[in-house]
Order: sequence, then structure tokens, then C-alpha cells
Amino acid sequence: MRAVLSGDMPRSRVLALILAVILVALALAPFLFPGVRTVDTAARICVFVVLVASYDLMLGYGGIVSFAHTMFFGIGAYGIALASTHMGRGFDALIVGAGAGALVAAALALVIGLFSLRVRAIFFAMITLAVASAVAVLVSQLSGLTGGEDGLTFQTPRALSPAFRFGDSLLGVKLNGKLLVYYLVFVGALILFLLLLRVVNSPFGRVLQAIRENDFRAEAIGYRVVYYRVAATCLSASAAALAGSLYAIWLRYVGPDTVLSMEIMIDILLMVVIGGMGTMYGAVIGATLFVLAQNYLQALMGSASGLVEGVPVLPQLLSADRWLLWLGVLFVLSVYFFPTGVVGRLRQGR
Amino acid sequence: MTQAPDHAPKMARASLAHRVAPWLPLALVPVLAVLGLAAIPSLSSWLTLTISGLAMGMMIFIMASGLTLVFGLMDVINFGHGAFVSVGAFVGVTVLLMLGPMTGAPSLALNLAALLVAVIGAMLATGLMGWAFERAIVRPVYGHHLKQILVTMGGLIVAEQLIIVLWGPEEIYIARPEALKGAITFAGAALEKYRLVAVAVGLAVFLAMRLVLRRTRIGLIVRAGVQNGEMVQALGYRLRLVFVGVFMAGSALAGLGGVMWGLYQEVITAQMGNQAMILIFIVVIIGGLGSVEGCFIGALLVGLLQNYVAFLEPKAALISNIGLMVAILMWRPMGMIPVVKAK
Amino acid sequence: MSEPMLRLEGVFTNIAQYHILRGVDLEVPRGRVSMLLGRNGVGKTTTLRTVIGHWRAHGGRITLDGQDITAMPTPAIARAGVGFVPEDMGIFADLTVEENMVLAAVSGPIDSARLDWVFSAFPPLKTFWKSAAGNLSGGQKQMLSIARAMIEKRRLYLIDEPTKGLAPAIVATMARALRELKADGASILLVEQNFAVAKALGDTASVMDDGRVVWSGAMAELGRDADLQERLMGLSMEAR
Repeated sequence: MRAVLSGDMPRSRVLALILAVILVALALAPFLFPGVRTVDTAARICVFVVLVASYDLMLGYGGIVSFAHTMFFGIGAYGIALASTHMGRGFDALIVGAGAGALVAAALALVIGLFSLRVRAIFFAMITLAVASAVAVLVSQLSGLTGGEDGLTFQTPRALSPAFRFGDSLLGVKLNGKLLVYYLVFVGALILFLLLLRVVNSPFGRVLQAIRENDFRAEAIGYRVVYYRVAATCLSASAAALAGSLYAIWLRYVGPDTVLSMEIMIDILLMVVIGGMGTMYGAVIGATLFVLAQNYLQALMGSASGLVEGVPVLPQLLSADRWLLWLGVLFVLSVYFFPTGVVGRLRQGR
Repeated sequence: MTQAPDHAPKMARASLAHRVAPWLPLALVPVLAVLGLAAIPSLSSWLTLTISGLAMGMMIFIMASGLTLVFGLMDVINFGHGAFVSVGAFVGVTVLLMLGPMTGAPSLALNLAALLVAVIGAMLATGLMGWAFERAIVRPVYGHHLKQILVTMGGLIVAEQLIIVLWGPEEIYIARPEALKGAITFAGAALEKYRLVAVAVGLAVFLAMRLVLRRTRIGLIVRAGVQNGEMVQALGYRLRLVFVGVFMAGSALAGLGGVMWGLYQEVITAQMGNQAMILIFIVVIIGGLGSVEGCFIGALLVGLLQNYVAFLEPKAALISNIGLMVAILMWRPMGMIPVVKAK
Repeated sequence: MSEPMLRLEGVFTNIAQYHILRGVDLEVPRGRVSMLLGRNGVGKTTTLRTVIGHWRAHGGRITLDGQDITAMPTPAIARAGVGFVPEDMGIFADLTVEENMVLAAVSGPIDSARLDWVFSAFPPLKTFWKSAAGNLSGGQKQMLSIARAMIEKRRLYLIDEPTKGLAPAIVATMARALRELKADGASILLVEQNFAVAKALGDTASVMDDGRVVWSGAMAELGRDADLQERLMGLSMEAR
């Protein structure tokens, strides 16, 4: 167990329990919560756990703010889509697409990182914001290649399609390709998460944290701060791209709104801060809470807003569409008061 | 008064190249305009594009100037600056819509009066909002860039959502005042009246800002504070107050820019400020964080390039600005006019 | 004896986790030049920065002419009558000499008689009145730094190593200016590494070691007594 988690234990009984529950729920999601929507929610959680964990590597461990994380996510997703479109449905296309996506993402991260981190860490935040939006515009303009605003729908290998059946049913769940894709996503996400956990607990991860605490001192001790930061950025970018690939395989569709939009970037920020920066497990908690809230809390807010009908402004404030408002407030408050998020709280309260 | 006759002070005379170097970036604007002239076949299109590029540049400058000064003075990077642009646009447009009879009348005086009221309303609102933003969002995270970025981004999300709560989620279309519609013809080129006004306003703001920074005590304090805030305090100035003032003024200018930008596009959305931030960041980075002059030159370059490229190859417009940024950072990694910090 | 202009009682200052000042007791008598001496790194600059409020004292008390300034913000301390010349001179390089001086005259327009006095002490400043301060030579920058403090009449001046790295002729100019400042009625706390200058200017002296004042007395006494110098500044070096 310790080896699987790279020695980074949850260090809180409650946290360990929550993580175990999430793991079991995700592992058995198709059986515990059969239904198209719930399984879709579970798959989204798996993907976002990796995406947010990879962001945490950069933000929580490297101390670098990036606004291009959805760009890397999108690169991985479009990698799958383009490979599947041009090479035909097949596992070779998936492997080529995911591999190429991860490589392109890492290369782009390398260029941006060398360019901006060399001068000033805050340049990175501004430059990534500019580059990411330029890429998003480019993707929607190059409709010949990317399908533009409409995106691309494509076919994955037959074994991963709902039409493929490999048995009748188990515990009332149809044994079809959709089930296989879910487990592909789940296992892929689990492996990626454990790898990221390994990275932050490696000597490399410890140097990163030393840099985050005090970059002058780290530089003085003899670490080339820029190289470490750039390397973290590249690793983080490839992991995000792989998460994007998993997402594309799951959806069998990519489009600017689904994988490239600024909204997703903001979601990632919220998830990592609320879950807990620099903890990795925060990504699990944050992504799970957030995706569940996105799917179910909005309905709750809708009914709350119905209750206060007639009161001025209140219904608008509580309307389901305004949940981002409250998340924004929560976000600001967490940065001030709980910079280590839910995980930090749980570990303190142990 | 006694003289010290044996004292013959000399100052090393800087070489010509050394003295010209700081002004080199300024030459980029005409150079870019000439390059545009070479690339664009017709003189009249070039003139139209140049004016519209300058107009766009001026508006970006107005929006970006506060951000760069706030950074220079207090080392605070405000990712929520775009919120002031959006709020300014919404307040200004609301006022204009209320003054419908004045903007609809074909009288330049009435139109400008309505515009003035709208601008004052927008600047008051965003100035006050800047004060609140500084107190509630920025002050607790001084000296901590990472938290500043996160918290101000959070502030932006909240502000955008509040705009939607107050004004509804739909975009609002707004017609320009009657007398500012249409274009005048000059040398065969159609020049939109509104763009000419935007250029004039931008130039006026820039000159006024330079005047304040060069000729007034408060301007001296700001310029000195950008270089060495600690020493300014040791002389006896309350830099905190000055900073709050600059923050408010910068927010009010962003609000002014928001009104102008909204009228330029003739539609406003809650996200427009955040979208403008992309160009604003490019401008303050290439200008040199903290430098008002650099910000001005950078904004004009971005505006011109964007318009020329959009004419020649529409799809490359936004990418061209990234290219510009890369080129300038390779030339001067700290931006065109780097600010010398004492520490 | 009357209340001293500046008094530090058991002042502690921490910078990050380091205890730099560990109970500094110090007095600057009214109208006198007090030297603050000691080897590098014993806390002289930190003492000055704590008085002006750039660092906060974590313990102890600082009084200016009897008024407690320990917790006051820097601008208020300056307005209470403290002029500060930092070790790095704190010149605003992008501003002209004139603009530097205009800013330094906190209470209003520059007093022309006082400006003439400053010009007579530092003639180059008149010559380069309209030039960017960043283009001045090192010595001229130091002149500007002290001139900025002089232009406003202050009760107490904190001056950190005004002769560091300067040519002997300019050192003499500095010393002359400081003497004039004293003649103007000011009290001065002066950090100085150049012992000859310290001997020539100082009325009283305090020697610091390891975050404390280890000896206080008349500068003349210290200047006469080579053994004492050796013990305070030489011996302590071996004790490390």
C-alpha cells in the first residue's frame, strides 16, 4: 500500500476513509449506480482527478500559475480525435493520438516555460493566458482540420463501442463496450494519478517544493530553478494531455467548448484550491466534490431559488446558473483562510 | 555664497547609441506603420486600417495603464483588472440607454454631453469598485504573487457573475450616439468618426497622465515609488494612500476603456473584460511591467499589427500578437522599457 | 542631563527567523554626532532601519525626543523629524536631481536659502540639477542622498556609511557637510567604517557586536585608546 502511494499516506483517518469510498465508488460505479448519467459523472470525475492532480503538480508543488492547462488537456483530446479520424478506428490510433498529444503538449510547455520562467514566474501566468486563448481561437478557426466550433465526432475501436457485447449481463449490467471504456478510463486515470503521486514524492518533487518555499535559497544551494520549473511544467502538461485523451475516448467527441474553454480552466482552479493545493489528494476530493456539485447542486439551488420567488434579487442570486458566483466567493475565501483546502483541514483536524 | 573653485564636476557623456536606446521602441510604431503600407496594396485601406489600429491601441492603453502602474508601484499583479472593464461598460451603457433622447438626437453637443455623463458614471463606479477590490481582495495578499493571481482571478469570477445577476445573462447591444455614427472621407479613405474620437481621447489620456506623472508632486511620488517605495516612505510619504489612489484611478481608467470598447464593438458582455485582458497582458508585458510609456507604445503596436494582419490574413490576427510578444521578449526580455528597480 | 534626541531601550529585531538585534540600548544626545561602530554584520544597518520603521522592533522601546515611535509607520516617523540616508543611497535613478530634491522637501516648495546652503556643500548638484540622478557618479549620488536629507530641517538624521567607496577628496566634502549639518542644530546617528572619519566627526560612539551595543562613551576616549579599539573591534573578531 505504502509503495503504491509512494509513501505519501493520507495522514488523516477521515481523509483515508473518504478516499477509500471515492475509490470504491468509482471502481464499481457501473454496478453501483447503473444509468447513463451517473456513469458519465463517474468517468468525468476520473478524468478531472488526473487533470487537477497534474495542475497541482505545477501549482501546489512548483508554485507556478498556468492558465493554459485546458490547452494541454485539449491537445490530448484533439490528438485522439485527429488520429482516430485519419487513421480509422483502432487501438493503434488511440496510442498514436495519446502519445502525440502528450509530446506536443510537453514541447509547447517547454517553449512557453523556457520563454517566460527564465524572466519572471508571473510572466508565465500572463503568457499562458494569452497563448491559451490564441490557441482556442485558432482551433475554432481552422475548421477544416478541427471541425471548428462544431468539433469532431469520431469512432473508437469496435471493442469500445456500446454495440460490442462480450457477454449477457452481470448483476443487471450489460457487458458491452461502454463498460470496457469506463474501465479503460478508470484504470488509466488511476495509473496516471499514482504516477503523479510518485513524481511529487521523488527527489525531484522535493526540490520543487524547496523552490516553491524559497527560490533564492534553492538557487543558492545550486539547483537550476528554471530547469526544475520547466520540467515540472512539461510533466504536468503531458499528464493533462493524457487526461484529455481519456476524456476524448470516453466522449468520442471533441469540441472547443468541451475541452478548451476558459470555463474548464476556472473549474480546474476551483477544484485544486478547494481540494487543497500541494497535496495531490486534494485533486481527488476537489474533482469529486466539484463534478458532483456541478451535476446535482445546481438542481438544489434551482429549487432554493424557487422558494424565495418574489423577493427582489435573491432568486437571481440563488439561480442554478449563478452557482459559479458562490464558488468564486468560496474560492477567494479558501485562498485566504484554507490555502491547503479540504485536505489540509482534514489533516489538521486529525 | 562661497564657491568651490577647484571643483570641476564632469559627467561621463553617454554615447549616442546609449542615449538613443531608450527611445528606440517609440520608433517601432512608425516602422510598423510603414511596413503595413508596404504590405497593403491600397493607400486608402492602409489609412483606414491605421486609424482603426490606433483607435484600438489607444483603448487598450487606457485599459492597461492602471494595471501596469499598480504592478510597478506595489508589485501587485491584478488578474481581476478585466472586471473593471466589464463593469465600466455596463454602467456606461446603462447610463447611455437612460439618456436615449440625448444620444438619439442629431446634435454633437447633446451626444457628447450624454457620453460625458456615461463616462463619469462608469469611472465613478469602477473607481469605487477599485477601492473595494483593493481593500477586500488585494490587501490581504501583498507580497505573495501566487495568491494574488488566484485571489484576483476569483474576484474576477465573482464580479462577472454579479454583472449577470444585475444585468442578466444576455449581451446588450448599444448604438453609438447619432453624431458619432458613420465615417468621414479623407484622401479617399473612410475613417469612422468614432475611431477618430477614440484616438483623440486616448491621446488626451496619455498626455494627461504624462503631465501628472512629470509635473505634479503626486506624480513624482508615484514614479519614485515604482523605483524604490521604501525610500519614498522614509522621506515621509504615505505610499499606501498613494497606492490606493493609483489603484482607484487605474480602475476608473479601465472603466473608461470599457465604455469606449463597448461602444466600439457596439455590444457588451460580462466576459468582455476578461477577453480584453488577453491583449492587456500582452501589452503590459511587451511594454515592460510598470512603464506607462512602454504600455502606450505596446498598445499602439498591438492595435496596428492586429488590424493590418486581420486585413491581410484574418485567421492570423490573434496569433500575430503572440508573435509580436515573442519577438519583443527575445529582443528585450523585460519588455521594451524595463523599469529599473532599486533593489 | 536633558532627554536624548533618540533612545533605544532593549530593542529586538527579527528578520525572518533570524534574531538580528538582541537588545540594543543606545542614546543619541541632542545636537551631537553619535557614531555607531562595529564590524560588518553586527546589526548597525538593521538598527537604523528599525529606527526608521523599515523593520519592526519585536521588543523594546524607541523614543524620539521622549515620544514613543516604536510602533509608528515609517512615513509618520519621518514626519516626526527623522531624516534617513540608507546604505544604498536610495536614489530615484529615473528622476532628475531636481525632482529628487523636490520630493525630499516634504513640507512644501524647496526653501531657497536652504537650497543655496546645500549647493554650497555639494556644488555638483547645482551643475547637474536637470540631469537624471541615475547618470551621476557614485560620489555625486552620495551627495544627492545626503542633500535630500539636508533640504528638510530634521531633528535627527540617520546616515548609513556615507563615505563608503568614495575618493578621499569627496570624503572630505562629506565630512564638511555633516559638520555643517551638526552646526545647524541637528542630532546625527552615523554608521561609519572609516575610523579616521569617525574620530574626526564623532562626539559620542557606540560599538555594536552580535546584535548588541557593547560599549558606549565619548568618541575621543575610544579614539585615544588603541587597546580599547582592539578589544572592542579586534578582539570580538576572534571571539567569533
